[in-house]
Amino acid sequence: MKEDTPFASFVRGFFENPLATAGFVLLCVVIVVALFAPWISPQNPYDLGKLDLLDARLPPGGQYLLGTDGQGRDMLSAIFYGLRVSLLVGVASGLIALTLGGLLGVLAAYVGGRFEQLLMRVVDIQLGFPAILVALILIAVLGKGVDKIIIALVCVQWAYYARTARSAALVERSKEYIEAARGLGLSRARVMLRHLLPNALPPLIVVGTVQVAHAIALEATLSFLGLGLPTTEPSLGLLIANGYEYLLSGKYWISMYPGVALLLTILSINLVGDQLRDQLNPRLQRA
Amino acid sequence: MLEISGLVTEFGTRQGILRAVNDVSLQIKRGEILGLVGESGSGKSVLGYSIIGLVDSPGRITAGSIRFGGRELIGQSDEEMRQLRGKRIAMIFQDPMMTLNPVLSIETQMMETVFAHEAFSRQRARDLCLENLAKVGIATPEKRIKQYPHEFSGGMRQRVAIAIALLHRPELIIADEPTTALDVTVQGQILYEMQKLVRESGAALIWITHDLSVVAGFADRVAVMYAGRIVEQGSAADVLHAPMHPYTRGLLDSVPANNEGGGRLRQIPGMTPSLARLPQGCAFRERCSRADDVCLSMPPMERNVRCHHPLC
Amino acid sequence: MTVYILRRLAQTLLVLFVTSALVFGGLYLVGNPIDILVNPAADEIEKARSAAALGLDRPILEQYGIFVKSALAGDLGKSFVFGRPALEVILERMPATLELAVLAMLISLGFGVPMGIFAGLYPQKNLSKFIMACSILGFSLPTFWVGLVLIMVFAVQLGWLPSTGRGPTTEVFGVALSIFSLEGLRYALLPAINLALFKLALIIRLTRAQVREQSLLDYIRFARAKGLPRRRVVGVHLLKNILIPLVTVVGLELGSVIAFAIVTETVFAWPGMGKLVIDSIFQLDRPVVVAYLLVVVFMFISINLVVDLLYSALDPRVRIAEAK
Repeated sequence: MKEDTPFASFVRGFFENPLATAGFVLLCVVIVVALFAPWISPQNPYDLGKLDLLDARLPPGGQYLLGTDGQGRDMLSAIFYGLRVSLLVGVASGLIALTLGGLLGVLAAYVGGRFEQLLMRVVDIQLGFPAILVALILIAVLGKGVDKIIIALVCVQWAYYARTARSAALVERSKEYIEAARGLGLSRARVMLRHLLPNALPPLIVVGTVQVAHAIALEATLSFLGLGLPTTEPSLGLLIANGYEYLLSGKYWISMYPGVALLLTILSINLVGDQLRDQLNPRLQRA
Repeated sequence: MLEISGLVTEFGTRQGILRAVNDVSLQIKRGEILGLVGESGSGKSVLGYSIIGLVDSPGRITAGSIRFGGRELIGQSDEEMRQLRGKRIAMIFQDPMMTLNPVLSIETQMMETVFAHEAFSRQRARDLCLENLAKVGIATPEKRIKQYPHEFSGGMRQRVAIAIALLHRPELIIADEPTTALDVTVQGQILYEMQKLVRESGAALIWITHDLSVVAGFADRVAVMYAGRIVEQGSAADVLHAPMHPYTRGLLDSVPANNEGGGRLRQIPGMTPSLARLPQGCAFRERCSRADDVCLSMPPMERNVRCHHPLC
Repeated sequence: MTVYILRRLAQTLLVLFVTSALVFGGLYLVGNPIDILVNPAADEIEKARSAAALGLDRPILEQYGIFVKSALAGDLGKSFVFGRPALEVILERMPATLELAVLAMLISLGFGVPMGIFAGLYPQKNLSKFIMACSILGFSLPTFWVGLVLIMVFAVQLGWLPSTGRGPTTEVFGVALSIFSLEGLRYALLPAINLALFKLALIIRLTRAQVREQSLLDYIRFARAKGLPRRRVVGVHLLKNILIPLVTVVGLELGSVIAFAIVTETVFAWPGMGKLVIDSIFQLDRPVVVAYLLVVVFMFISINLVVDLLYSALDPRVRIAEAK
């Protein structure tokens, strides 16, 4: 039996888990829908000219697969567009936070000393607060708007990335000191960068999947509360909020289906992230 | 007193079924000290777990018999085995820090062992514990019993573990590399004291180790394991001074004390094969200077040695 | 030990300062509360008079200075909307939030720990796999949406439980709580379950991970080799070791639950601190928002402190290290 490359056996191990595979497939569907929303939606829900108020609040079935909302928008299309916005905001804030937090964490491990102490202290304090509170403060201060939401989300997440990156970098740093003791002084910086980054990346990716899922959920929550994205670019959260008032009169589909879409998105990311974490966690490996 | 015949313990892994213990037969008499020697992966620890019934899935005993005091152990219910453990068969493990629960006091951990098997009064149980602690050489036991494992040194912790093992005067003690994690001087002390305690109580002792020099002067009999099988067994004098199996010879030769000063340390060439990729026939074949085509078939156990070309 | 507590208190004060400054300044920049509170048709003189009455005409730094001075005396400003001390308004609503939070924590711990232990001890059983699958689901469900679904199913369709609001209260030690009456519980059940769901999933996963990790350790094997009954091995040896990280997480989660109550209170129109702060943000009632944040931040830090103390009480290794 010939040996797999580490990557190949990693991939194989991944797909051996039916849940993870299902999650991965679901995630691909979500991403595809979000990317191609304008082309695959039966209707452009934000073209006010095309809406027919007479079609408002129709239950699912017939022409409108998932029903219509209070303004006559096709729910399916609204969901597709909403998915796009939710995913965009979540991923964008995640990537920015990853870059920012990752760099800071690695820098802290490399520079050490007072800078590291201070940074880690800030990280600890911030991580002691629930994300929603931090986001709330920031939104209350910054106001509404896509960019402000992303800033708030980045501020919420960077600390996780910073802490993870620093821990991973610390492992390398202790190794490097040993080599430095053997007189490799000058090239220490370059070797650091060459060894640090590949080392810090796997745990950052694992944290990243969880964080993106959280960011998407947080954005939806904020939007639901009315503190999130403006109504011109509704995310799934806002769609759900819009449907709230119709809930008690039994018109469930306006809130229900966007919620399902949100759930499936977060679920798929979590399933994939879970499997990644199990595979990359040395402590749970059996000998 | 303990009779093992044809024992097979298998583990189901992704690479297939591995036989950690492969057709092992052994006897131990009352009061006897058996040294079970082998490298990591030889199956010696799994043999110990098999006897006391603590083989965890994905491992299971699939064949053979273990008779203890005339009673067959394989197939006993969980509850019946539990009643034996700690009372008539005791086991000591390698790393004393992880063996004792770090968040419970020594007193708790000793008393619970007493109460698991006897309905003593608290006072009587406590006296028994203190008595045993003193027996293993722990000074001021009344004070120390209230402490926690991390307040003891490695050697002391192992003594506590031994004290716990001796609480119910077991007939058989299985010690799985108990001194490997300790300093050499402490190791010597514990060996000496174990020998004394065992002789006093008349218990049988299986001392599992990878270090041949440990069993010299300590064990009555020695059994050598390789890749899940016993390749040689006999009295300590015979095995250590006139080994018949090339592997045993190789082990003896590689002990630094047995080498001439200044010269190159002798080693057995090659590496222990992984259980998933055992060579055909004799498992030692690829590393043995005496191997030939006959060795492509599994040598039977004859006259205490499992080899087609024993040294004698 | 005393040095430790003093140091923590100093840290607390610092964090409180920074938070209050951030929020104070930030809210000021967002908008002028006068525009909301006063009739926009009123003329400039009227507006100026109102502003002076509320102290809003002074420069921002002076406003902050006044704020800090009175804060240290226990006065966190007067709510623009209610006309009463902001702190009083918050504290009035606090029992409602707290009883919801505590109920939710009890639900998540009471169900989560046993399920997690079961799933950890018997990972191969179908029930365990089901529990773990559900936990991922619970983790991924957006809380507010679940609240809507709960309302829809249990209140609208089935009509078993009320959909919004808080039940009748009874006086307990001078505090008005609603969960000690059956009727009150009916109102509290849905929001508490909603709040508990996420934590439940978290606790199940954490407990299971701990059980799996600890079960592989030698002391469990040794305990079994001693012939201890399984009940004791799991109930004493395993449990005590799991409890330590669990306590830490639970402590942190309690704070998080209190914060997350904001969402649940909004969905279920539960009259707690959370709903209050959301309304206040929209109404630019700055003193209330600041007061809320300070109160909540203070609660967190206290909870953290208690958790740390509990940790050293549970883990003898930490205890001794400090004594030395």
